[in-house]
Amino acid sequence: MEMALVLDAGKCTGCEQCEIACSMTHEGASNPAKSRIKIFNFHDEGRFVPYTCTQCDEAWCMHACPVDAISVSGDTGAKVVSDTLCVGCKVCTIACPFGTVNYNPSSGKVIKCDLCDGDPACAKACPTGAITYTDAAATGYAKMEAWAAKTDAGAQASA
Amino acid sequence: MNYVIIGAGPAGVAAAETLHKADAESSIILIGGEGKPPYSRMAIPYVLTGKIEEDGTYLRKSDGHYDRKGITFLQGQVSKVDPGAGMVALEGGQAVAYDKLLIATGATPLSPPIPGMDLDGVHHCWTLDDAAAIASRAQKGSNVVLMGAGFIGCIIMESLVERGVNLTVVEAENRMIARMMDATGGAMLKRWVEEKGVTLMTSTKVTGVAASGDKLTVSTDAGNDISADLVVVSVGVKPNIGFLEGSGVEVVTGIKVDDRLRSSIPNIYAAGDVAEGPEFGGGFQVHAVQPTAVDHGRIAALNMAGRDAKYGGSLIMNVLDTLGLVSASFGHWMGEDDVAVMVNANACNYVKLAFNGDHLVGALSIGRTDQIGVLRGLIQSRVKLGAWKNTLKQDPSRIAEAYVACLHG
Amino acid sequence: MSWAKRILRVNLSEGSCTEEPLNMDWAEKYLGQRGLASKYLVEEVDPKVDPLSPDNKLIIATGPLTGTAASTGGRWSVITKGALTGAIACSNSGGFFGAELKFAGWDMIIFEGKAAKPVYLLIKDDAAELMDAADYWGRTVWETEKGLKAEHQDPQMRVASIGQSGENGVKFACVVNDLHRAAGRSGVGTVMGSKNLKAIAVRGTKGVKVQDPDAFLKATSDAKAVLAENAVTGEGLPAMGTQVLMNVINETGALPTRNHKDVQFEGASDISAEAMHEPRRSDGKPNLTRNGACFGCTIGCGRIATIDPNHYTVKNREQYQIASGGLEYEAAWALGAATGVNDLDALTFANFICNEQAFDPISFGATIGAAMELYEMGVITKDDTGGIELTWGNAEALTTLAELTGRGEGFGAEIGLGSKLLTEKYGHPDLSMSVKGQEFPAYDSRGIQGMGLTYATSNRGACHLRSYTVASEVLGIPEKTDPLSSDGKAGLVIAFQDATGAVDSAGLCVFTTFAWSMDNIAPQIDAACEGDWSVEKLLEVGERVWNLERKFNLDAGFTGKDDTLPKRLLKDAAKTGPAEGKVNELGKMLPEYYSLRGWTDDGVPTNETLDRLAL
Repeated sequence: MEMALVLDAGKCTGCEQCEIACSMTHEGASNPAKSRIKIFNFHDEGRFVPYTCTQCDEAWCMHACPVDAISVSGDTGAKVVSDTLCVGCKVCTIACPFGTVNYNPSSGKVIKCDLCDGDPACAKACPTGAITYTDAAATGYAKMEAWAAKTDAGAQASA
Repeated sequence: MNYVIIGAGPAGVAAAETLHKADAESSIILIGGEGKPPYSRMAIPYVLTGKIEEDGTYLRKSDGHYDRKGITFLQGQVSKVDPGAGMVALEGGQAVAYDKLLIATGATPLSPPIPGMDLDGVHHCWTLDDAAAIASRAQKGSNVVLMGAGFIGCIIMESLVERGVNLTVVEAENRMIARMMDATGGAMLKRWVEEKGVTLMTSTKVTGVAASGDKLTVSTDAGNDISADLVVVSVGVKPNIGFLEGSGVEVVTGIKVDDRLRSSIPNIYAAGDVAEGPEFGGGFQVHAVQPTAVDHGRIAALNMAGRDAKYGGSLIMNVLDTLGLVSASFGHWMGEDDVAVMVNANACNYVKLAFNGDHLVGALSIGRTDQIGVLRGLIQSRVKLGAWKNTLKQDPSRIAEAYVACLHG
Repeated sequence: MSWAKRILRVNLSEGSCTEEPLNMDWAEKYLGQRGLASKYLVEEVDPKVDPLSPDNKLIIATGPLTGTAASTGGRWSVITKGALTGAIACSNSGGFFGAELKFAGWDMIIFEGKAAKPVYLLIKDDAAELMDAADYWGRTVWETEKGLKAEHQDPQMRVASIGQSGENGVKFACVVNDLHRAAGRSGVGTVMGSKNLKAIAVRGTKGVKVQDPDAFLKATSDAKAVLAENAVTGEGLPAMGTQVLMNVINETGALPTRNHKDVQFEGASDISAEAMHEPRRSDGKPNLTRNGACFGCTIGCGRIATIDPNHYTVKNREQYQIASGGLEYEAAWALGAATGVNDLDALTFANFICNEQAFDPISFGATIGAAMELYEMGVITKDDTGGIELTWGNAEALTTLAELTGRGEGFGAEIGLGSKLLTEKYGHPDLSMSVKGQEFPAYDSRGIQGMGLTYATSNRGACHLRSYTVASEVLGIPEKTDPLSSDGKAGLVIAFQDATGAVDSAGLCVFTTFAWSMDNIAPQIDAACEGDWSVEKLLEVGERVWNLERKFNLDAGFTGKDDTLPKRLLKDAAKTGPAEGKVNELGKMLPEYYSLRGWTDDGVPTNETLDRLAL
């Protein structure tokens, strides 16, 4: 069974515990600005939407990397950035149509979700079950994947 | 099947790997012309700053990568392509036979037709060898003139400034990165680099470079001479197609390819900076950017291997870090009337969105690094913005929200 | 660690922003936020200062746990001498602004002086700059926050600002952040307005580190589990919000109604949490859209609500046909029971306006209640109100006056005086249901005796958030006491006051204490901060803060005589419900309280007490 982060906006209260946990894990500090997962607050609708990398098959970020700094983790299927290899050119940040690869000015490297080696801190920290790490076939993920296909410049080619 | 790929840049390597995946039984020959393992030009500035060593620019890092993928890597300069014979001739007389050929030879830097371009101390910044030459001359306190403040010029600028040189940039256009930024953004960048101590002369042409002792003298049409230890030339590039003369492969600006990346000759394909391919939204263009090169390589290879892979067209996009100020551009941001603009000159923040009806078709951004990829997503998905268009008109910085709202809508 | 150890001092008169180190000797004694900022205020401000003069200071303060992974660790406070009360004020808010300030690397901002023209403070990490606020002055909080984010092209920016009410000197103006979270009480927004300071806009990307990350993760995770498993914090508050109390307190006979004339409201169920869940006839949607959380909060009591699009208040006014901050219990009570209005949509609208224009719905609703009583008595007439019929239960009067008060226009300007000045103006000061000038919140102290002592002794004027003995007297937390008995309430109030002082100084939300004891809180602070933070030490911080605030008020001119309640609560017995026939027995509780506090019979801390607390 392929595991994936399943994000359920209906359950999200917007508390940002996921962002805290993500940044604590990856940056050693509570720092939502550097979180790999992001909560969008659609205030006027009363809706909170957790959002992060879907680890899409197309892997635009990985293919666009000029220095081979992004690779697929064999254990989780996550597209993982190597801090040693990344030169901070930012091409992946424009190549990813989801906007889920971001440049971190303080490290000079890009950051993205790496699924915490299969034990995502955001899912553990979520108090409402809005973020779970579970069977990839679950609804939310499938929807995002469908979107991914729609966005692909060469979608028809990748089949 | 014998596949031959000329050019070992990102397009060539992506194609070779895709061919191996699609057709593991066949022979794949990848020809590189620089005496180096396949490497990324985009990474050269980071060699200059010392952030990485030369091997940090290599497109693939693991030992034996190409062997494992069944790819024969051949060093050589291609002198001629003979479609009739199905042969590629290399300088030095070697010839390589192909059943299907991919041309991914990229581009060559231009030199303006002025005196002194062949002098010692005048360099392009295009190859790893160029980088080594520049590094040896660009020492702390040395005087450097950079000709051209386009995309490549700006990338090099940072490495030169980090090396501690006194930098003068001479740009013929009236603003920096004229092809990826409008006047507002260009002015913002100009002020930014000037505040970082760079002398920037726009609307100024270098009229010649002359040797004077162990120094160079750069003359301009602004009338002043600039003394320099090093002149770096980055005034543009052209597709690398000289060797195709007489081959019958149709060339306009680059090699004309269809939506299967096929050239005018059925078993010859082209990809990357050398290819004039379908553009997202219609038409054909040379889009010399990394993501397009990789997409081209992948799609061309699938078609070469017998799949029918249609290319949806490339979206022009660029991201640039100019001495710490990050700018990005996507799609058709010029010539559109229906735009949303927000300028904060003091903070060097700028965003401009261009719409066509209910769709986003182009965007410029300065001073933003978070979630800029959604601009590609918004444009290329052709998502209907609906009520979000009005929201973006009031506050164009809310692109990520617009994208996520439409995605989850 | 956990403290950023930096203060931003902003001199508005000079237009300067300077950095200084946080006084860590003081942090050791006052922890942070309410305690530490009060220490700064006491050291730097003459207690006799006019709250609206440039010599008053306004401190924006976070606690050491603000911005950390601790549940509810997003709190921040405004500390100043209150415009409504003339007493030391500390108004606490949630949302996301406080954490953002911490992420930018600042524990506190101290504003001093007064700007020559309207300004706002822009903070991007280390960079702080006063900016011209000409474009924002005269605008609402909602317009200001949207405008600043757009101007700075940063949807992630967090903004705390005042509305027109704070500009116009409404005495109970607040500071609102994240569109609908408020540092609500005592007129802290009025002080901000008096300094020509419109807003504070912050973006922080530096983050907050803690002393011992592993111990902190364990302590905070354990504590989150306690919140999740508790019936109030794990179920009641997320599902019903604080509004869960409306029917409960009404049944207790402690729901002050029509300016405390009654203790039960016949319309309580119409404006309760249960009513907020009922689908409307018009669009089939309930008032409540969903619950929303402040930064880091695993409870999520916040209400996000909509108004019936056909309701008279929002018809053809699209800007209010949105989801935004809905009714919390105190607001629902003040706008509803205190005025006799039982129209849920009207209350929600008035609440929207309170958020949009940044004024305190408790003081506003209670002042409307006082004005309605004066109108019913014939003291205030239509000539005074500009034609508004200020009769009990008139929803249109309430919503019209909300808008007028927000803009400081017409009779709204008089409402903006607060109930104390308003009732004095019309010659009936006894009808102001307030202590030290600040209106009561939603618990009638005839039916919940401990709350009478809570209100009378509160250092910021009548307030439920200084010692929420309702927890014990009504909900049985940590143990049930009899709400109708004053026995033992002095000790109970002191215990709640001291514990709350510590929680308010930590960066945590006091609602956690429905589930958490100090035994759950101390390990989180101890793991996050340098030094040893035991339960005993934290309670001592709480007691020290209480005495420090008390001393400031005494020096400001308050005396033990101000530790009292309006005559109505002491003389007029409750007419219905379980408390029928009861008045508040403050006279019995107060001497015991003074004695247990180590204060003289006049309510002055003795030298022994001050020495013991190193004050």
